[in-house]
Amino acid sequence: MQWETVIGLEVHVQLATRSKIFSGASTAFGAEPNTQACAVDLGLPGVLPVLNEQAVAMAVQFGLAVHAEIPEVSIFDRKNYFYPDLPKGYQTSQMYHPIVGAGEVEITLDDDTTKRIRIHHAHLEEDAGKSLHEDFQGMTGIDLNRAGTPLLEIVSEPDMRSAKEAAAYLKAIHSIVTYLGISDGNMAEGSMRCDVNVSVRPKGQEAFGTRAEIKNVNSFRFVERAIAFEVERQIELIEDGGKVVQETRLFDPERDETRSMRTKEEANDYRYFPCPDLLPVVLDQAYLEHLRSQLPELPADKRARFQNELGLSAYDANVLSASREMAEFFEEVQRVCGDAKQAANWVQGELSGALNRENLSIQNSPVSAQQLGELIRRVLDDTINGKAAKQVFQALWNGQGENADAVIEAKGLKQVTDTGAIEAMIDQVIAESPAQVAQYRDSEPEKRGKMIGYFVGQVMKASRGTANPQQVNGVLKEKLDALL
Amino acid sequence: MHDKTVTQLAAALKSGELSSRELTSHFLQRIEKADGSLNSFITVTAEQAMSQAAAADKARADGKAGKLTGIPLALKDIFCTQDVKTSCGSKMLDNFIAPYNATVVEKLRAAGTISLGKTNMDEFAMGSSNENSHYGAVKNPWDLSAVPGGSSGGSAAAVAAGFVPAAMGTDTGGSIRQPAAFCGITGLKPTYGRVSRYGIIAYASSLDQAGPMARTAEDCALLLNVIAGHDVRDSTSVARGVPDYTETLNAPLSGLKIGLPKEYFGDGLDPEVEKAVREAVKVYESLGATVREVSLPHTHYAIPAYYVIAPAEASSNLSRYDGVRFGHRCDSPLDLQDLYTRSRAEGFGEEVKRRILIGTHTLSEGFFDAYYTKAQKVRRLIRQDFLDAFEDVDVLMGPASPTPAFDLGAKKDPVSMYLQDIYTIAVNLAGIPGISVPAGFAGGRPVGLQILGTHFAEAQLLNVAHQFQQATDWHTQLPAFAEENA
Repeated sequence: MQWETVIGLEVHVQLATRSKIFSGASTAFGAEPNTQACAVDLGLPGVLPVLNEQAVAMAVQFGLAVHAEIPEVSIFDRKNYFYPDLPKGYQTSQMYHPIVGAGEVEITLDDDTTKRIRIHHAHLEEDAGKSLHEDFQGMTGIDLNRAGTPLLEIVSEPDMRSAKEAAAYLKAIHSIVTYLGISDGNMAEGSMRCDVNVSVRPKGQEAFGTRAEIKNVNSFRFVERAIAFEVERQIELIEDGGKVVQETRLFDPERDETRSMRTKEEANDYRYFPCPDLLPVVLDQAYLEHLRSQLPELPADKRARFQNELGLSAYDANVLSASREMAEFFEEVQRVCGDAKQAANWVQGELSGALNRENLSIQNSPVSAQQLGELIRRVLDDTINGKAAKQVFQALWNGQGENADAVIEAKGLKQVTDTGAIEAMIDQVIAESPAQVAQYRDSEPEKRGKMIGYFVGQVMKASRGTANPQQVNGVLKEKLDALL
Repeated sequence: MHDKTVTQLAAALKSGELSSRELTSHFLQRIEKADGSLNSFITVTAEQAMSQAAAADKARADGKAGKLTGIPLALKDIFCTQDVKTSCGSKMLDNFIAPYNATVVEKLRAAGTISLGKTNMDEFAMGSSNENSHYGAVKNPWDLSAVPGGSSGGSAAAVAAGFVPAAMGTDTGGSIRQPAAFCGITGLKPTYGRVSRYGIIAYASSLDQAGPMARTAEDCALLLNVIAGHDVRDSTSVARGVPDYTETLNAPLSGLKIGLPKEYFGDGLDPEVEKAVREAVKVYESLGATVREVSLPHTHYAIPAYYVIAPAEASSNLSRYDGVRFGHRCDSPLDLQDLYTRSRAEGFGEEVKRRILIGTHTLSEGFFDAYYTKAQKVRRLIRQDFLDAFEDVDVLMGPASPTPAFDLGAKKDPVSMYLQDIYTIAVNLAGIPGISVPAGFAGGRPVGLQILGTHFAEAQLLNVAHQFQQATDWHTQLPAFAEENA
């Protein structure tokens, strides 16, 4: 039987506010345990939450970025359950009236086609603390630094049909929140985590199959692997005559499998009710317009502009708009050198290669966008050839020289275009290579094209790479053919 | 001194007739000598009080005294106080010392008042008799076999006994007004949002409100001046100017329109209480007020709605007492479940457990709409009843409680206890202010007249109550207990 996979994602994005969602404690990552938890975060008796306005603004910006409805009124609810790292015995969340309503996100697939994924809603909530099970001799340590950190939970419709689509969606969300600057998007530090709802159904069937929810998957790669495993598990189960049960599962990246955590019957009754300590959040039109006016250009708009105005391919436009930093770097290079295609090639080729080798992000690139743009300009105006350009790039990367012109000057890489000088070098090479000349002369005419490469190489070597390769080629051919 | 009002004591301090140290030590001695028979305090902070009194005297000598500088007070043990235990009447918090002061406490300190200690109360403010305290029942100074009312029973008894001229209470369903009535003092529950809840241990957050308990409405006005106002730490406190409540106390009452809700004079009302209340209304008529009967048709739904909403909020508010970070923790827990179960089973008393169970049930899946959602609808109707009534009249009057103080141990059945709050509970559901003033006696025990106004009508309520106290002397009468221990 042909199976179809149905996937929906709940993405938890940690908002980059300075302080917590309901208290003034800092949200900075990595502090000593329990040093960033104030009386409100500890849930001490008598203290009250006060909503962080910055968290509201960030949630609304996300909503505007995904063209969502922003309801005038949203309400915080309490989700009640006991857990040692949940200090109040409830999590303040938004169950019935979320801050962001229905919206949509465009994702780009590997074949450069796009697809729209609907967002059901997004709501604000507070994070819990962390339970630490090691180093306490059978006891559990509790670190409440993270308790009260603002999260935006973005809930998609079950619109994805493959692990690749799910990963593309997650990347799209990642790129929107980082473009907006509302999250650092750092998955390793838990700034973005997601719960994946997966089900399968026979192709053509309209009704959804029973879904399993895979909790807390925290990398793009894990999302794909968890889904791949889960889909295979469910199909096998059904084909063997079994039934998928609605349950919560955990992905184990070490063993590359998902395991059951609890079934629907074991699920908590969270006893949601409106939080009486917080007023409903009321947003007026003027506030929304103010935030809308501050939105940066978003990935989808950038991608379209890169294609339509700069003439980039869909692939290039997609890669270069994936992160705000990458896009901004590319645009600066393009502005300086004036050639989008060349800028795209250099940023994705030489630069990305070097960054990857040294595991650097583009913000930390040793070669600035300005430097790279100037370097490309020197290629475009024939000051240097492509080979020399790579040397200049390497020199700039290593910090040898302030800019391309300085490196070109210092290393004498300026391209030789003087025909007389090139002819002199060619004559010398021909004179010093009698055997190769003889071979050239004796070859079939169609094979001579290949053999000319040897002579070009020798001439380039003699010029220390500075001769214009096209010129060398043309003159060489003339001179060799004259010897026939 | 113990029979003086805050206003009188403040004048004596101002004139130099008394020092705050003399005053403070006088009241501390009374507590020391006689509270053994009342049990109105959980914690007495004599040393701190004396050093605060010395500071107050110094401030006065330096010309820096305010109206209330040097006045001793007591705080219900629900207000968090830095460095002094805040138990909320519970074993659960017997070891709890807050690292912060409640906003009310901060404001009272800033005004120069002196706290003599923390008063007894029903555990987590759940009760109408003060019998639900981990620290034992409080006795009514008018009759040691009677309850003082609850949940602010310790504060009411302490004021009535002349241990302090005034005390702070909280009122979620009548917890200021009913004990004030039972103990023959004046108690004001302000509009929800008028006084910050920050640092007040929550029972039912949408209903809790702090207020003053004193001998007179005038004293309540002085204290409300200090504690009222918006607080950035409490989002439900209202950003609205605070008038000087003492300025309008003497406004004449001619033309005042009084409504008597017919539902507040029905079955279950003690005839002597009714008589006292009707006499009080006559006093108002003699002051130029007009009286008419009004109806609050949803009154009889108030108790059921309250006992859905308040326990629902309480079940969630009290989840933080889990033995993990503070409060009572059972000995050698076997595992997490055992830690939770035993810490909570040992730390909470019967009534608290009952309300947590009720609240957990009414919020649970399949019951939520039938209980919680419905109760919220009822709450809106009750609020509307009051708003409709205030279209026609300025204030509503009736008894604060259907009976005078009952005997200790008399109400064994929780529902009969809940019915005690029949006239006070709707006020919290509607969020309006209410005041109870002494209006006579029934069977030798005090009767409270309850006066209700619309949202933020505190100035009017205090004016109406004050004018009654100018015309009557019920509020000046002291129990024999207070005299014997003078």
